[in-house]
This record gives sequence, C-alpha cells and structure tokens, in this order.
Amino acid sequence: MAREDTFAEAREHLEGLTDAELEARFWELSRACVDPMVELARTHTSPSIERSVLMRMGIDSLTCKTVVAECEARQLLGHGVGQVVLVAMQAWGVDAPAAAARLAAGEGWDLAEAKWGGAR
Amino acid sequence: MREQDPRFGKPLSDPPLSPDEKLDVTALLEGLEHYRPRREGWTWRTLVPGQRAYEFTYHETSEPLAHGVPLPAAHYFENIDPQPDCVITTEIASGRPEDDIRRMRMAAWHGADHIMVIRTAGQSHMDGLLEGTPEGVGGIAITRKQLRLSRRALDLIEDEVGRPINFHSYVSGVAGPEIAVMFAEEGVNGAHQDPQYNVLYRNINMYRSFVDAAVAKHIMAAAGILQIDGAHNANATAVKAWKVMPELLVQHAINCAFSEAVGMSAELIALSTVPPDAAPAPCMRMDLPYAIALRDLFGRYKMRAQQNTRYMESDGRDATVSHVMNLLISRLTSADIQSTITPDEGRNVPWHYNNVAAVDTAKQSLVGMDGLREMVKVDRENPELKARVRELKERAVLFLEAMLADGGYFAGVEKAYFVDSGEYPETNDDGIARDSAGGVAVGSIVPRADDYLAPVCHHFGQNHLELLPGYGAAAGATACTLIGGCTFCDDTKVPFTDELDHDDNAAVRLTQTAEARAKGLITPEVEWAGDGIVAVTMFLPAAEAIAEAAALELGRAMNLADCEVIHKRVMHPAEGTLVELKGRLDVAIDPATLVIPEPPEVLTDEEIRDFVHERTVRCVAATVGNDEHSVGMREIIDIKHGGLEKWGFGVTYLGTSVPIEKVLDAAIEHAAAVVLISTIITHAEVHRDMMEKLASLAEEKGVRDRLLLIAGGTQVTDEIARESGMDAGFGRRTKGLAVASFIVQEMRARGV
Repeated sequence: MAREDTFAEAREHLEGLTDAELEARFWELSRACVDPMVELARTHTSPSIERSVLMRMGIDSLTCKTVVAECEARQLLGHGVGQVVLVAMQAWGVDAPAAAARLAAGEGWDLAEAKWGGAR
Repeated sequence: MREQDPRFGKPLSDPPLSPDEKLDVTALLEGLEHYRPRREGWTWRTLVPGQRAYEFTYHETSEPLAHGVPLPAAHYFENIDPQPDCVITTEIASGRPEDDIRRMRMAAWHGADHIMVIRTAGQSHMDGLLEGTPEGVGGIAITRKQLRLSRRALDLIEDEVGRPINFHSYVSGVAGPEIAVMFAEEGVNGAHQDPQYNVLYRNINMYRSFVDAAVAKHIMAAAGILQIDGAHNANATAVKAWKVMPELLVQHAINCAFSEAVGMSAELIALSTVPPDAAPAPCMRMDLPYAIALRDLFGRYKMRAQQNTRYMESDGRDATVSHVMNLLISRLTSADIQSTITPDEGRNVPWHYNNVAAVDTAKQSLVGMDGLREMVKVDRENPELKARVRELKERAVLFLEAMLADGGYFAGVEKAYFVDSGEYPETNDDGIARDSAGGVAVGSIVPRADDYLAPVCHHFGQNHLELLPGYGAAAGATACTLIGGCTFCDDTKVPFTDELDHDDNAAVRLTQTAEARAKGLITPEVEWAGDGIVAVTMFLPAAEAIAEAAALELGRAMNLADCEVIHKRVMHPAEGTLVELKGRLDVAIDPATLVIPEPPEVLTDEEIRDFVHERTVRCVAATVGNDEHSVGMREIIDIKHGGLEKWGFGVTYLGTSVPIEKVLDAAIEHAAAVVLISTIITHAEVHRDMMEKLASLAEEKGVRDRLLLIAGGTQVTDEIARESGMDAGFGRRTKGLAVASFIVQEMRARGV
C-alpha cells in the first residue's frame, strides 16, 4: 500500500531519545529481528549444509551430491548425512571417502534403514 | 632473495616470477591436484605513519611495493609509488581463469591487493558445486580447480609485488555452505555473504537462505575469511537512490547482527557501502550525511567503500569523476577497503586496462588526499548535516519497528518492505515482495532430529556430539576424532576434482593460442588472449544518428570485424559527435619482424665532465616561435634538474618566443658550439618549419659546420629532426644526460 511520507508524525516517540539512545534502540531492534532467524538456522539443516559436512569429511563434490540426494529421498537429512556415512564407516571399517563412494554406488542403505527405518 | 615475510605464510615451491617474463599459464595448470594454499585469513596493509618518500611526508600510507607501476606523473618525483592505507579492490570478470590471472598480475602491480573474482551468471542457482574450468558469462565458474589456479598465481604475484594479496569471491546462492568450505580449504581470504541478497535479487527461498547462511558464516569465521555484505545492491537497483538510505542501514544491520549471532567476530564483518547518488544531483551534500550516519551506527565493523554503479553510463570520464567524488567521501569519513568499479562497466564486461585505470584512480585520489582530513574536517554541527544524520537514523528505526510489528523480517519481505522507491516511512508500493512459500529451493530445509550429528569441526547449530563415543572425555576427542580428522584439521584430506567437461576447459582453450604464445605473436586484446578487440575514438562532424552509422562504416574501412559503437557523446547537435567504436582486428604481429630503435647510449658523469672541462663548450638555448613554454628547456639545461649545467656546459638561455634569426646571432656572438631549440606546443607542423629554418639560416650565415643543431619538444623525434636538417632531436621525457651524452659523442666523432 502506498503511503505519503509520515515521518514528521511517526517520529514523535523518538524525539526525546539522545543519539546514543537512538543508536541503542536501532541495535536492539536489529537483534530482535534476527533472533528468530538464528533459532531457525540452529534447528534446521539443508541439502547444501549436509553436503558441506561430507566435504569436511574429505568426500569429493560429486559423491556428496549423490549421497545427500539419496538421504533426502529417504528422509534422513534430519539425522545428519555425516552420521549416515559414519554408520557405514563403522560397519565396514573404512574411511569416510570410501564409505561415501560405496553409498553413492547404492551399497549399504540397509544400515541406515536398520537404524532409522523408512525405506524409500 | 627477500627473507620470508610472516604475513605471506610458507615459502613457495614454484619458481619466482621474473618481472620481464609472462606468467606461464600452462605450467600453472599442471600439478594443481597437489597445490595447497600457504595461509588462511584476511591481511590488512601495514601502515607506516609519517612515511617519507622523495621530498614528501605522508600521513596515510602503508609499506611500499617491491615492484609496481607508479602513477603517470611519478617520473617528476623520482618514481615514488606511495601506497594508501586502505586495501584496494579490483573486480576480475574475464570468464576464463587462464586470462583472469594475467589481469590479476597487472592490477597488483598498480596497487590492488584485494582481488575479487565475479561469478558466472546463474551459478547462484546451482544446488551444488561446479568443477573444472568451464568458461563463464560475465564472470567465472567458481570451482576448486579455478580457485587453486588463481591462488597459485596470486601466491607468486604477491611475492613479486611484495605485499599479501587477498583473494575473494561469493558465498551466496543455494550452495553457500559448500562454497564456504571450499573457500576455507583453498585459501580464499574474503567473500560476499548476505542472505538478503539471495532473497531479494536471486529469489532463493528465504528460509533456505538464512539457514544456509548461518552455517556458511560460521565456517568463514573459522577460516578468518573477511565478510562483505550485499546492501550496495539495494542502491544499484533503487528507482531513486537517494530514497533508499534508511533501508540500507536496516539491511546492513540485519546481516551484521545475524553474522555475530552465528559466531562471526566484528573485525571480520565489513559493510559494503556506496555513496548512493551522482551528479547532476548535489551528490556530495546528499551522500555525506548518509556516510556519517552509517559510520556512527556501525563503528564496530569494517567499511568497504564501494563506488557508485547506479548512475554509470558508457562515458568513462563521467564514471571516473563520480568515483573520485566517492573517494573524497572515503577520505572525509573512513574506509578500510576501497573498492573500485572499472570506468567501462557501464558499457561492457570490464577490460584489462580498465581494471588498471580504476585501481589507479583510487590510488591517485587517496594519495593525493593524504592527510586531508586533518585540515578539512566535516562540520558535525552544521544544521543541515546534523539534522539529516539524525533523520536517517530515525527513519531506519521506524523501518525496524514497523517490520517487527508486522511479524519480523520474513513477514517484512513478504510485504515488500525492501527496495521500495519511497524513503521510509514513505512507500510507493513498488518494493520487491517474496513469498516465504516460494522461490528457488523452497521446502528444502529439514528440522534437525534429536540425534542430528555432523562429525566435523566448526559446524553451526544443534549437533549431538555427545552421541559420539569418547567425545568431550578426558581423552579430549573433538568433533572429528571419530572420522580420523576433518579437512579443517587435516589438510591432506582435502579432495581434488579435475575437469568434468572434456571440451569446455582451460587446456582446450589454450591450444587455440598455443602457437601465438610459442612464437610470442602479438594480437591486441581486452579480455582474452588473442581476442583481437580494439577500441577507436573518433570525432565525426555529424549529428548523433548519422555519426553512429558512419562510425560503423569507418570501422569496416579500418578492417575491423564485428564493429559496435560502445559510447557516443554529442558535442553539438549539428556540429558533431564523439564516438567510441570497438571491433576485432584479426592480425598477429611477429615481433621478430619489427625494427626497434636502440635506446641512446649515455656516458658516465665523469666522462662528460672531463670532456667539458678540457674544452669550454658553450651552448645557446631558446624556445622558438610564438611559444611561451620554458619548462621543457629548463629541464634540459638547469643544474637543479640534472641538466647540462651540471657537467659544466656554459648555457645561455635566450627565453621564449625567440625568432630563429636571433638564436643564430646569439650563437655567433657567444662563439657557441651547440644550439638548442625547443618547440613545445606545435600544430600545423610549426616544429618542422622552425627546424628547417634554423638549418637553412645556419647554412646562409656559413656557420652550419661549426654548430651542433639540436631540437626538442613534445612532437619532436630524432627522425623528424634529422629530416628537418638538425643533428639530433629529442622527444618527451628526455633527460639532460641524453643530450649531454649526444653532444660529447658527436663532438668527439667530429674530432673537436
């Protein structure tokens, strides 16, 4: 909705603030604005975030893509794809890139199924 | 060999660059699978208070370069090249990594130490990483191989110029966390990261943008990567840039507050701020209060001063003047990083030499205004300034209050609070609205379960590491112990992926120029090796539309292909138009076929002094014709400029606008052996006439054989002078030593 410039009236409650008080108010409001977004981020993940976890486990980008896409389809993202790979690493006694390569080739998804259920 | 400076990190294994050799692009592409960056994190310049250079003292400069190209007038000042205090940015966007790195080297020599690589169009919508070296459009495909090649080249270049170079690109789009990891692993020092940019300008789902951003920022913080926000885009897209200031303050605040809340420290957070307006608006008076309000509110953070693009047209001069006014605002307020926009960005993807032009503009302006703020201070009590600074802050507070009352940031974006053409609280209902249930990658975020686990370091958010056996126990297991170390703890685990496309890659493209590189063939270029593009500037005595059509015909007559008019400016509606034309010239020159004149041989001071002392050598000098310029001749003769008097030559200077007859009469009267004439400003071949007249008059008077006749001036060359009957001619930038050496050698040869 278009609105004329109502600055003169809208600012009346700010009139009495010192510059320092005005600046403090600016930051208080800014933090209030971002608080719920920080909470959203703290409690959620995404395919890119999960791929970034696998990358930090030493896995190449193509394998990351395949494994995360499969986890997304199997609704495993919420447990952390790094954990899915970790379960396979422990079961097979191999390192993360090797485990991820085998998962990407379609092996070992029964391990995740056994832990979290939910076949695709 | 310079000692290894701790600012650079480990010494390099690649052989150092030689200033007279080109980068070996092919060699740099080899063995990249093993190349590792030698340090991480951002580097500021090292300030040198009260630095002396030539006869001057500087108040705002940093350590000098080991190699560089000084400003054009530096040869009057012993070629000093003072480096300003702030980091200087250049934006590289050739679309090809193998060409980018050559441009980086040129920019670094002129003073850039922040190399920002622009991404190819469309990469922000790719859900995942690209690999290899495919060609980009308007920028480059950011990939691990491209980063490694660039970082490897920059490591050599920073050693060559003797100053650390910050490498920078973008952690935006739908693959932000992955790009952040890759940047941390590949020695990238700075990055744009602002989820608002994704939401407003890339229509990426707002929830996804902020969830990803938190993880990406946390990783950047761990690697010491300096963050630059994206608020300047609101200026670039605003209908009326002077109305967008309150919103800019809000956008900066949201990114700063969010970044700190997810673990980034204030010193790694930089605001991308730009003076929003340009002349013919009274832009300085409009933009200065904004710059001050911003620095009042955001004093804890770094300032990356960007230059205005909103009002850039195709006119490079116009853009440069705007940018110098932007630089004055930087100097009157503050800037930690001074970014530059190439003067041709309004008409094409930047060309090599315009990167250099923009860096030079920043360096020249910042050095020229060194210490200015100690004498010229902003009057904070000026009523207009004071009121406007306060008003901008209040308008921003009103914006935030209303947005919170309306449900917060996400609700505000849905209600088109941002990029509205009204100055808040005025609105014109034309802001950018985004649906929280829409956009690219909508529905792709997932709640973290009670057993969510990411067994790696520096992971933001809920992470149930307590599920890991032994974690946090006395054994001191970290997040990545169970996987045997993550890439941030064990660099050997960083993977490398080579080319995925066997046709679209740097090696294939380089085969097209392999022969030219091997033989050193020379083709003009503006973006890519061998692109053949040249620009021609012409004044055409015709109205605009006719001039444009005529210019294209003239381009074809010059044998240029794909001609395009890149700039026009009416001089007068009927009298004529200035046109800049670009076209492709498919010609390669083999340097082996060129005849390069040898530089004149100069003698030592002792040789000249001894010769002159043994026999008195008298000279008569004058500026001839209707010419009142004496500077050039003074440079050649005055002792204080290292001129002829320095070695004991007896010089009689007759002054300016001296008739030729009078010059010769004086030479005879003083028994001079040498006559020096200077013709500085000449048109219609006046300089030739003067030289020919001097030669013929000397013949007439029967003194030609006993006189050395020497001419100098801006239009004079040795060839022209000899054709016109002189014994020698000297052009621009001649030093007294060259003239003295010639006189001595010639007199010796004549057995004088």
